[in-house]
Amino acid sequence: MAKVLVVTSGKGGVGKTTSTAALGAALATAGKNVVLVDFDVGLRNLDLVMGAERRVIYDLINVVQGDAKLAQALIRDKRVPTLSLLPASQTRDKDALTDEGVARVIAELKEKFDWVICDSPAGIERGATLAMRHADVAIVVTNPEVSSVRDSDRIIGLLDSKTEKAEKGERVEKHLLITRFDAARAGRGEMLNVEDVLEILSIPLLGIIPESFEVLRASNLGSPITLNNPVSAPARAYFDAAKRLNGEALDMTIPSDRRGLFGKLFGRRAA
Amino acid sequence: MTEVARPRHSIRFHGRSYHAMVLAPEPPVANWLADLDTWLERSPGFFFGRPVVLDLTVVQPGSKQGLAELLQNLSERNIKVMGIEGAEPSWLDFAMPPLLLSGRQASVIPGDDPPGAAEAPAPAPFSDPSPDAAAPLSIAPSPPGDAGSAPAVAATQQHPNSLLLDSSIRSGQCIVHPEGDVIVVGSVASGAEVIAGGSIHIYGTLRGRAIAGSRDARARIFCRKLEAELLSIDGLYMVADDMPAHLRGQQIQVWLDGDSMMMAQD
Repeated sequence: MAKVLVVTSGKGGVGKTTSTAALGAALATAGKNVVLVDFDVGLRNLDLVMGAERRVIYDLINVVQGDAKLAQALIRDKRVPTLSLLPASQTRDKDALTDEGVARVIAELKEKFDWVICDSPAGIERGATLAMRHADVAIVVTNPEVSSVRDSDRIIGLLDSKTEKAEKGERVEKHLLITRFDAARAGRGEMLNVEDVLEILSIPLLGIIPESFEVLRASNLGSPITLNNPVSAPARAYFDAAKRLNGEALDMTIPSDRRGLFGKLFGRRAA
Repeated sequence: MTEVARPRHSIRFHGRSYHAMVLAPEPPVANWLADLDTWLERSPGFFFGRPVVLDLTVVQPGSKQGLAELLQNLSERNIKVMGIEGAEPSWLDFAMPPLLLSGRQASVIPGDDPPGAAEAPAPAPFSDPSPDAAAPLSIAPSPPGDAGSAPAVAATQQHPNSLLLDSSIRSGQCIVHPEGDVIVVGSVASGAEVIAGGSIHIYGTLRGRAIAGSRDARARIFCRKLEAELLSIDGLYMVADDMPAHLRGQQIQVWLDGDSMMMAQD
């Protein structure tokens, strides 16, 4: 049974696209058929993070408006064969998305894939509400800071009211993904700690992704962190999150890159 | 020749509810009638023009004849019975008032005691001995003769009118309930608003705004943990900066004392 997953946050820059790419790649390497759909029409980024920007011919808008077939627009990943991307259009805006068109595309994708992962744009306007519209599962990406937490709270309210499931009286399954977490700074009180965030948002925790320079490096290389450096701390956190999405019960840990003396002496050269 | 087809309307029926006074005789009936006479001496016009329902659940006349006698007794005292409750259908004949079902209890209509009668023993059916009877009702009974004021009497009926919310209120959500209290079993997020005509009860953390008593200065705000952005009762408000620092994070209640907002730890 295919599941539609939306990665959303309200606030921009918290790591929605990075998380979409990393989780998508993690699920795909575990053998699932995964498609990533970029809903950020006009400000598309997912193609860059996936390293597919040179292969975009048709995009989501073309498919929604019936100018291209779905198969023509899907870009298959070169590293993981079960991973595909449906890019957004950079030249159009969110008004080009129609309700019926999006519904049709999502229904078509559900037939072909196990996971349809929608990368939501920031904000609460048309693009974001259409991205969450057909979701069965939602991942709310939050940084441990007050503005991000409040925006996430707003988005959770919308997930409970504006989605197709909510309108049918059902509930969208919601998970919290805390990104850019720095245990040391949270300990010093410079950041919200995990308990604070969970108390405010009160939805189950899917994972905690530690702050790491590895994430930015992978993005700039056009490769999801889970493919670029699968043993790095953030990649391990994303793999754990992907397993929890598949229903595995794992202890919640925050992986760290802290190396022992040996690693410190020899690690530099390798990095 | 063609015939013009007239749209044929069926006869329309409407449902309508009224408030009636219920007379419930108590055994022995002779004593009860005597009490009623004493009452009528003091308030002769009390039943004039008022719809009266006879409740026979306590005193059962047992037969058609017994009921007819009771009705006759009441009619001699100028009490017109519009309906009968708690009777067996076999006791009724066509000339008697109809049998009423599914009546609901409304508030007690206080008897307008004439001056000097305060010490007199409470004459049975109308005065409620509970302290509630002393509490002022919002609308006084209509003066005799003003029988057409059914809607005004209906307004005295108090519906339980609180809004219970079983989940947290998220940022950006606005709950408006002008008719009564709002109870939130959960938290109210920063950027969320709860507006109530009555009091607001929050069994979680209040991080957003609580605006109570839009129609009632006696309304209060209660919360398990105060982190509010704004509190307001009956138009008076207080922002987070004005709240006493030692009450932040505490379980509190807020009320109005004249023109000042009071806040205390519960």
